[in-house]
Parts: sequence; structure tokens; C-alpha cells
Amino acid sequence: MKKRTALAFLSILFAWQIGSSYAIQRFPKPEFDSGYITPETLLPTPRAGILEIMDVSVLLIALSMVTWAVLKRRSRNMVFWISVCSLAYFGFYREGCVCSIGAIQNVTLAIFSGSYILPWTVLVFFMAPLVFTLAFGRTFCAGVCPFGAFQDLVSWRPQKIGPQLNAVLGVIPYIYLTFAVLYVVTETDFIICRYDPFVGIFRFNATFGMFLFAGVLLLSGIFIARPYCRFLCPYGVLLNWISRFSRYHLPITPSVCIQCRLCEDSCPYEAIEKPVTVKNPDARQTVVKKFILIVLLFPFLILLGGWTGSQLHETLAKVNGKVSLANELLHPENIQTGKESVEVTAFRASGKPASELYAEASEILRQFYIGGWISGGFIGLVIGGLLAGRLITRYRTDFEPNRGTCFSCARCVDYCPVKS
Amino acid sequence: MEKSEKGKITCRREFLRKGAQASILLALGGITALAARRTGGDGYVWQMDPAKCTQCGRCATSCVKSPSAVKCVHVYAMCGYCDLCGGYFLPETKILDTAAEHQLCPTKAIKRTFIEDPFFQYTIDEDLCIGCGKCVKGCGAFGNGSLQLQVRQNLCDNCNECAIARNCPSDAYSRVPAGNPYLLKGIGAEILDIT
Repeated sequence: MKKRTALAFLSILFAWQIGSSYAIQRFPKPEFDSGYITPETLLPTPRAGILEIMDVSVLLIALSMVTWAVLKRRSRNMVFWISVCSLAYFGFYREGCVCSIGAIQNVTLAIFSGSYILPWTVLVFFMAPLVFTLAFGRTFCAGVCPFGAFQDLVSWRPQKIGPQLNAVLGVIPYIYLTFAVLYVVTETDFIICRYDPFVGIFRFNATFGMFLFAGVLLLSGIFIARPYCRFLCPYGVLLNWISRFSRYHLPITPSVCIQCRLCEDSCPYEAIEKPVTVKNPDARQTVVKKFILIVLLFPFLILLGGWTGSQLHETLAKVNGKVSLANELLHPENIQTGKESVEVTAFRASGKPASELYAEASEILRQFYIGGWISGGFIGLVIGGLLAGRLITRYRTDFEPNRGTCFSCARCVDYCPVKS
Repeated sequence: MEKSEKGKITCRREFLRKGAQASILLALGGITALAARRTGGDGYVWQMDPAKCTQCGRCATSCVKSPSAVKCVHVYAMCGYCDLCGGYFLPETKILDTAAEHQLCPTKAIKRTFIEDPFFQYTIDEDLCIGCGKCVKGCGAFGNGSLQLQVRQNLCDNCNECAIARNCPSDAYSRVPAGNPYLLKGIGAEILDIT
């Protein structure tokens, strides 16, 4: 036995000298005399596919139920209980994954990447709320989205922050969406998932930073209702624009507004538009002047944004794995620790030529340069649109929900004394 | 006059609204068609390719789950049942026993049982395993490489973006159809009928 051990040891040393290439049968499988049977390697299966069909069914049922509760029953109570169920299912049971917000990234990747295969369930999670919104307004936000439901539960003392601040903070989702798409198209990262504040709470395993982020959102959400939905959610940008043209949006009053002003302060999201009964508040000349100013401003803002974006392309690309690896290989003196990183060690072990990596990295940098122009230009356009939007006054006689920002939560409906 | 003007505006608005609805529908249909070309019927799961793995130890630390959903899996069919197991003992261990100070595993998740002279069976207690890959490194360097890291699909949350995949230095993670979730490498893998 001693001899055998020694022999084994020698052969180990020998094998080590040759190089530790993967899985070599250095020691033959023994032949057992004692009738020992080799145990089987257990390979537990993933979550059954049928359960994914259940997720999609729950989504569609919840969407239909909320829409029915909002538009037909006009009952805030029902919307509330459906949203609690959605929070329990999509939030705590499904742990926030699969979600419509993150699905933006999967769908974008499927369109731009040659190799990514999109699960059909994710496509349904992306599309179904958009189609429902086009027909009925943002009922998805009202009671299906677990993030919305979670924040809705804590909005105990909503305060108004004013239309100006609302409009300024409302630009953030556009910027978030732009960068999310940029990072997906360059196959860098899924930032919506990475900086998702609530998933860590749903799973009870948030990192300290994300826990802090979620805590700030939920605590501020007591006073500023739904801060994530209004000032961060990138999916909300799509829903907002589609909802503006929705076919059957929730009206505050079921028949004729009696101008009782009871609903005026009922909306915690400041999405109720007050009547504007003056037809032309400004003289024609000032309107024309403002119009010319906007026309001149738009190209300037787009160019400024695009130029800024393109100048930042190297900074933006730093988080890309291939770019940072190429950087480290080219400039080892920049590494603070003085020690080669695990990435570099792994890259050297893979045997891939460095020139290939450099070519890939410069291609990614080029994508970031073009992407920087497009993203920056888009953000410039959004800011221009925001400025232009402030100038428009629309004539209306009744209190109406702002179709873009209204979450169809049906709170205002409870305040309306007209019941039929 | 007032009335007819109002009616006209409503009409124009209605016309614009209808037009916008139609164009949004078209756009959504277009996106669906573009994305549907790359749609798979099956669900997808994260898979780790042990042939690419460099045992950096990030599987233990990067996973959103604690302990990680990545565990060391023992492919018994490949194992040499060595007395001096490179995955079990610390290097330079002289006395081959089950004493804690001789073990490589930081959580003592590997059980060593005597089969017959001079063979020992090594079993992994997955409740204790944290997926650090220390034993995998030892076994790959000195033995047959029968210890391999794998994503345990019953434990994995199947995040949209796997946090380990993002941090993996050797690009060993990929999304694969759920019907074929495990990828064991080397001799014996064909016995398990996986590759």
C-alpha cells in the first residue's frame, strides 16, 4: 500500500510537470472487490417549464382583472387587493424575476445581438403591458407591477412637489432607459437588473448599497408617492408615451364633471390636470416668438447632448469587461494593487491571442462612440421636448387625469361624487 | 361658432389619436416580429462550463444567494478514489486522516469514507458547500478532475442577469435551454449521458 501511495504521488508530480490541463484520467477507475457500486451523480432539474406558463397566465389574468376593476367596477379597493396579490406573486414568490421592466433589455438584446435567444415568456412580459396600456391606460402600473404595488403600499402621507420639480425629475427615466439600451446594445451589462432596488428586498438578500437605495426609495415613498415609478422606471417611459394615446383611459367622473373639486387633491402622483378655461393665455406674437426659440433650441440641444455623449464614450465603456481587460493588458502600470487581476490570469490561461481581444475592444469602443452620439442626442431631444412641453397650454373644462403620468390607481374615482 | 370650432378640434385630436394608436400598434408589432425571430420555445437557465473555469473563487462570493447556488459536484464515474485526494487534503499533508486541520475544504463539506484498501469515496454535502472551488482546483491539478463546479438548478434563482456570469473572469457562464442544464466535462461525462 505504501508503494502504491508513493507511486501515486510520483505520478501526481509528473502530471503536474506536464501541465494541469483539464480532467486527465491520471488514475484509472479502480476495480472494487467488495462489490461497491459507484453512486450516481445527482443532477437536480430546474424549475419546470409549465410554471413559466403559469407566470404568463398570472400576468394576463392580473392585467385583465385590474383593467376590469379600474374601468368597469371603478373600485380602488379591488385594485388595492389585486396589487397586494401581484406583489405576493411576482414580488415575493417569483422574487422579482421575470419582470417587464428588465424585459426591455432582453428584447433589445434579441434585436441587436446575433446569438442571444429570447425566451418567449419574456417577450410576453414585455409586450402584454404595452398592448394593455395602448387600449386601457397604465393599468399595469396600478396593480400588476410588484414594484408599483410595493411603493403604493407605503405611500401614507403623499405630499405635492409641484409641476416644475416633477417635470425636471421626470427626465431621469429617459436617461436611465437610454443608458440601459446603450449598455445592452454594446453587450456590456443589464443595468436595470443590476441596480434594481427591490429585488434584494424580495429575496431578503440585498447588498448593503442596494438595501440603502431601496430604504431611501421606500422611506421617501411615504411622502413622495411612488418615487421609482415616477422618477426612475425606464419601462414607465414607454408606458407613459403609449398611455397618452390609449383608447379607453380611466376618466375621473363616469358621466359629467360637476366641478366640485373634490378630486383635486386626491391624486398622490400629481397626475390630475386642472381646468384651463382661458383659450389663448398668451398673445399670438409671444407664442410665435417662443415657437421660433424652441425650433432654434432643438438642434442645439441635440448636438450638445450628442457631442457630450461622444466625448464620454471612453468613460462609459470602462465598465465593459473586454475593454477593461484590454486596458489592463495594455497599461499594467495603471493597476493600483500592483498585482495581476484574476481576469488577466484567466485570459492568459485561455490562450486567446491578445491582438484578438484588442480588436474586439476597439470595436466595442467604436460602438460606444456612435452610441454616445445617439444617446446624448436623444437626451438633448428629451430636454428640448420638456422645455417645449412647458409652453403648451391646453384648453380643458374639466378635471382630467394626465394620461401619460396617471397610473390608473382609481383613487380619484373614490372622491368623485358622481356615481353613474 | 364656438361649438363648431370645438367640434373641429375634437375631430383633429381624434384623428391624431387614431393615427398615433395605429403607429404604436405597428411599432409594437414590428418589435415583436424582430424579437420573435430570436425567440426560443424553451425556458433558459444559467450553465457553467467547467472546462473554462479557472477556480477563481468568485462563484462563492458573486451569487445573489448566500450560500451560492453553485456547488461542487462529484462525478463519481471519473473519480480515482485516491487515498491521497488532491481535492480533500491540504497540500503537504502527511497524515491521511479526516482531521479538520488536514482538509482543504473551508466548510468541511467533503466526507471521506473508506471503501476498500486503498480506496476512499468522497461525498459532497451540498448543504455545507459554498462553491469556492478550492477542492475543484486541487482535484484538477493532482487528480482526475472529477470534482467540478456546477450551477445547482434547484437552488438557482435564474436571475435575468446572473451576477456570477457578470463577474466570471473566464467567461464560463452562458444561458442554455432548460432541457439540458448541466455540462460535465471529461471522462465519465458520457456515462452520465449529458454531453
